[in-house]
Amino acid sequence: MRAALPIAPMSLVFGVSFGVLAEAEGLGVLAPIVMSATTFAGSAQFAAISVLETAGGIFAAISAAVLLNARYAPISLTVAPSLGGALPRRLLESQAIVDESWAVAQVGSGRVDRRLLIGAGLTLYACWVGGTTAGVLGGGLLGDPETYGLDAAFPALFLALLIQQLGSRRALAAALAGAGLALVLVPFSSPGVPIIAATAACLVGLWRR
Amino acid sequence: MRNFWIVVAVVGAATVALKSAGPVFLGGRELPALALRVVELLAPALLAALVAVQIFGGDRELVLDARVPGLLAAALALLARAPIVVVVLVAAAATALARALG
Repeated sequence: MRAALPIAPMSLVFGVSFGVLAEAEGLGVLAPIVMSATTFAGSAQFAAISVLETAGGIFAAISAAVLLNARYAPISLTVAPSLGGALPRRLLESQAIVDESWAVAQVGSGRVDRRLLIGAGLTLYACWVGGTTAGVLGGGLLGDPETYGLDAAFPALFLALLIQQLGSRRALAAALAGAGLALVLVPFSSPGVPIIAATAACLVGLWRR
Repeated sequence: MRNFWIVVAVVGAATVALKSAGPVFLGGRELPALALRVVELLAPALLAALVAVQIFGGDRELVLDARVPGLLAAALALLARAPIVVVVLVAAAATALARALG
């Protein structure tokens, strides 16, 4: 719980804005809430509704969202050693993974702490689904979240967590390569692709120490 | 809107599968040493990419806007060894201020 404290309010407001946006798109009350409860990944959900908004078809909306979430496959690999037990339990606990819970649960050398991951994941889940519900029901009482600078809050969190990761030269090289690869690709690819391509930067780990 | 329910169902199922891929197939087993050397660099690579894209990313273009002062403010707060809550709040406040002034 405590680990998620800095980001829980942000996640709540972000959830509200997703609800407001989805409701304004005429996507109903229930469907946006169900999406937050089952997909539980902000950027992909926003991407899906923005594709629908710009008159893209459902295939385009689905591929944009799935592409954005493709990063969860390599992320889930790093979590695997920390989640034991029977298959249904591993399946369930792995759903606590989102960028923020995974980032705050890092304990060094690429490992995550299971309790931190699940605690932060549950807290963020409650905020995200609760926020979405408030958003579709309450409408635009809150206004545009960008007014509050919300779009800088998450990168600030990631920057703070990144700095704790830069203990070695190889980590620094991977960070620089990841950011560089992503930025170079932004003008030439659909959303999601730069982030996935950036994961290739961890291959610098294959170099001798 | 019936089409949106299809999106909800497919994206939901795909995301559940993606998030559970590692834990389901590997279980609690350790990764081989070579894989571990690669995987331990995933956090810095991905976090740096998220910061870069969320600050400078636009619609298929790179942009400099009110998010940049937010990132600078966050960096200063980190240099001053502020706790993470403060770093996040300072960044949001700087971006909100820059947007209000701009």
